[in-house]
Amino acid sequence: MTYMPGFNRRSFMVGATAAGAGFALGLSLPSESNAVYAADGSSEVNAWVVIRPDETVVIRIMRSEMGQGSLTGLAQLVAEELDCDWSRVTTEFPTPSENLARNRVWGESNTTGSRAIRESNEYVRKGGATARTMLIQAAANAWNVPASECGAANGVITHQPSGRSVSYGKVADAAAKLTPPPDVVLKSTKDWKIAGKPLRRLDTPDKLIGKTTYGIDVRLPGMLYAAISACPVFGGTLKSYEEAKVRGMPGVKHVARVGDDAVAVVADSWWHAKTALEAMPVVWDEGTNAKVSSAAIADFLKAGLDSDQAAVGNQAGDIQAALAGAANVVEALYAFPYRIHATMEPMNATALFTSDRCEVWAPTQNGEDSLRAAAQAAGLPLEKCDLHKTFVGGGFGRRGAPTDYVRRAVTVAKAIPGTPIKLLWSREEDTTHDSYHPISQCRMRAALDANNQLIGLHMRIAGQSILATVNPARMQNGKDPIAFQSLNPGGAEGAFGYNLPNLLIDYAMRNPHVPAGFWRGVNSNQNAFYLECFMDEVAHTVGDDPLAFRLKYLKPKHAAVLKAAAEKAGYAAPSPQGIYRGVAQVMANASYVAACAEISVDNGRVKVRRMIGATNCGHAVNPEQIARQVEGSFVYGLSSLLYGECTVRDGRIEQTNFDTWEVMRLGAMPKVETVVMPDGEFWGGVGEPTISVAAPAVLNAIFAATGKRIRTVPIKDIDLSAA
Amino acid sequence: MIALAINGKSYNVDVESETPLLWVLRDTIGLTGTKYGCGIALCGACTVHIDGVATRSCQVPVGTVGSKSVTTIEALAENGKLHPVQKAWLDLDVPQCGYCQSGMIMAAVSLLKQKSKPTDADIDAAMTNICRCGTYQRIRAAIHAAADNA
Repeated sequence: MTYMPGFNRRSFMVGATAAGAGFALGLSLPSESNAVYAADGSSEVNAWVVIRPDETVVIRIMRSEMGQGSLTGLAQLVAEELDCDWSRVTTEFPTPSENLARNRVWGESNTTGSRAIRESNEYVRKGGATARTMLIQAAANAWNVPASECGAANGVITHQPSGRSVSYGKVADAAAKLTPPPDVVLKSTKDWKIAGKPLRRLDTPDKLIGKTTYGIDVRLPGMLYAAISACPVFGGTLKSYEEAKVRGMPGVKHVARVGDDAVAVVADSWWHAKTALEAMPVVWDEGTNAKVSSAAIADFLKAGLDSDQAAVGNQAGDIQAALAGAANVVEALYAFPYRIHATMEPMNATALFTSDRCEVWAPTQNGEDSLRAAAQAAGLPLEKCDLHKTFVGGGFGRRGAPTDYVRRAVTVAKAIPGTPIKLLWSREEDTTHDSYHPISQCRMRAALDANNQLIGLHMRIAGQSILATVNPARMQNGKDPIAFQSLNPGGAEGAFGYNLPNLLIDYAMRNPHVPAGFWRGVNSNQNAFYLECFMDEVAHTVGDDPLAFRLKYLKPKHAAVLKAAAEKAGYAAPSPQGIYRGVAQVMANASYVAACAEISVDNGRVKVRRMIGATNCGHAVNPEQIARQVEGSFVYGLSSLLYGECTVRDGRIEQTNFDTWEVMRLGAMPKVETVVMPDGEFWGGVGEPTISVAAPAVLNAIFAATGKRIRTVPIKDIDLSAA
Repeated sequence: MIALAINGKSYNVDVESETPLLWVLRDTIGLTGTKYGCGIALCGACTVHIDGVATRSCQVPVGTVGSKSVTTIEALAENGKLHPVQKAWLDLDVPQCGYCQSGMIMAAVSLLKQKSKPTDADIDAAMTNICRCGTYQRIRAAIHAAADNA
């Protein structure tokens, strides 16, 4: 009943003996050794791998694809261990329901935090290796020879002593019936032939011809379209609306209240729905936040800078004694604004609700969470619901933890049972109802001794907690542990890079009414901005070169990427006339990254000319795609540095569309050069970390150019000619 | 009924004449390769060709199209053969999420029709579409590559 151009919606069939006569998904497998078949009857060697008789290799990937490229990277890891022919590889997304029904065989669906490859590489490689072992065993059985005498390469199994060979497609059916080996040995990375290579993305061809199905492109028979408006003031509610005024407008079918704070118009086209919604008088109860402004929020945060109540994230020595006894104390105040994600594909989801089922199609970064949200909104048990992931037109964290777009679509669909509803937010609705990059301020204080040695640092952050908004269950005794990303004593969430005898990093949580959320790079964005700009200030205070100063204190892995970026930039030599450099480093998402920026300032305006990014992500599964993530991260970071700020007036976000929330365009794109330098010692992410070094590197370069220290972003309204 | 010539085919659509062409393409006809991004002609995701010229379809009332020919991303490749711009995009593996790329490609094709060997400054001026994934560097390189291969 579904019509989804370019989208493979498969329901896997479980067949103990006969393919095609199997049972619909939902029944548990009777035993591991019973073959499972894809909907087209092809043998599923194991959960990860289907091999069709024509030798097509279907690799199933649970994580979402929103541009970061891990669909291709994860497929490379499976294919590497499978030893298949890469040119025959295609992919599909299992649904979250299928994953749950099979005891989460495909692992995590959460595609946030640059974790797709770093946190699933081992089990996907095992999936590929297990399938290879079974395919080889099946061939060995057919030949009546020991499997140890057989090897596989490029999708062909060879019995070395006899020279006999057979392709995967010919033995896949037999392999599927075998018991999987209890354990497999993974290849050494030095033997990689598919993983580690700069292969092209698998999803590119469809994206060039308009064939890729994003959430917004889902079309179902009899589908209606919905436009939504929620109370512009966060925390406010819907008081009333005049449905009668729009009932007779073209195409209008329904008007539905959505929860206690929104209303939707349903029509035969989205344009009709939106037009009617805009014409409909709506009265809001704006609630207690109706007068909140940016200035009031700033004051609220500022008080946290002096609060004696603060959670400690990192501590060494005695910072108060170090500051008291310092020959010189450097102090500065910094601030970081609210920001929107602005995914190019606005929020949307399509839902079909009937009395006992709910089916949803959504561009989500977390299929399982979205499925749970759908079930909750539908008031149905999980097993009565299904969620189909589409490709995602930009995620950046907006489609990870928040599931509002799914819940609202289901709520509207529930009001019109039996009719599929595609709910699409206008750009204005998307901008004014985001989960915003949290706002914060920071006071930095450095203690220098008589020899200009940095002997202590106090970093007091006053800001908004993401977890308090989106996942209070993850708070630890009132403390948001992720507030300290990139400032931690150690760990994958980002270790503070400097060896200092006295250190205090503490956080006074201040939560305004604007909902905060995960925003690509998350808390590393402001933490790296504060730390790396301030380190530059301290370096200049003592008359040191900013790079040399940092290297005196940096831990080896942090230092290595910074040195690499500087070297690639030619930092040792003077920069060309009129060009100024700045550097920054951070550890984030388990990777070490650094940037060296080259800028010029003409007529008071900054032009970013060249950005060098160095990344140690431990293992580089696809160096070309890493380079793209570094380039994209620089754009995301620079766009925000130049323009990104949401302001609050009368309790609501003032920006509404790209006219009031400008973003960087091609003309402002600097030349980006990427150094990928995996040391093989760990697995790190690449989709986010570089964002957080973009702004401080450029701001430090602006200081080099103008002597002006910028401590608030964005810089769109700052006239550098006045410096 | 409004008569339209889209991708070499004739359509008669029963919509109000002020309906933006974008929504006629997407919802009425089902050509979803053209995307909605902002609705105010600032992001370029909805770019199509009208008589060969890149146009942001969210601001084109369908009643004003008349007999002009509309081309969307779905019809850029002919007989399964990619347009040189699509080929350059493929060779350089330009898209990330890909959502803006239909509009980017349509804008690039139009640019190359006007200037067969565009300079960087020409590309800066013509390519004002928004990409949030940040594929700008590859887009620039792909336009040069397409120009060189033409």
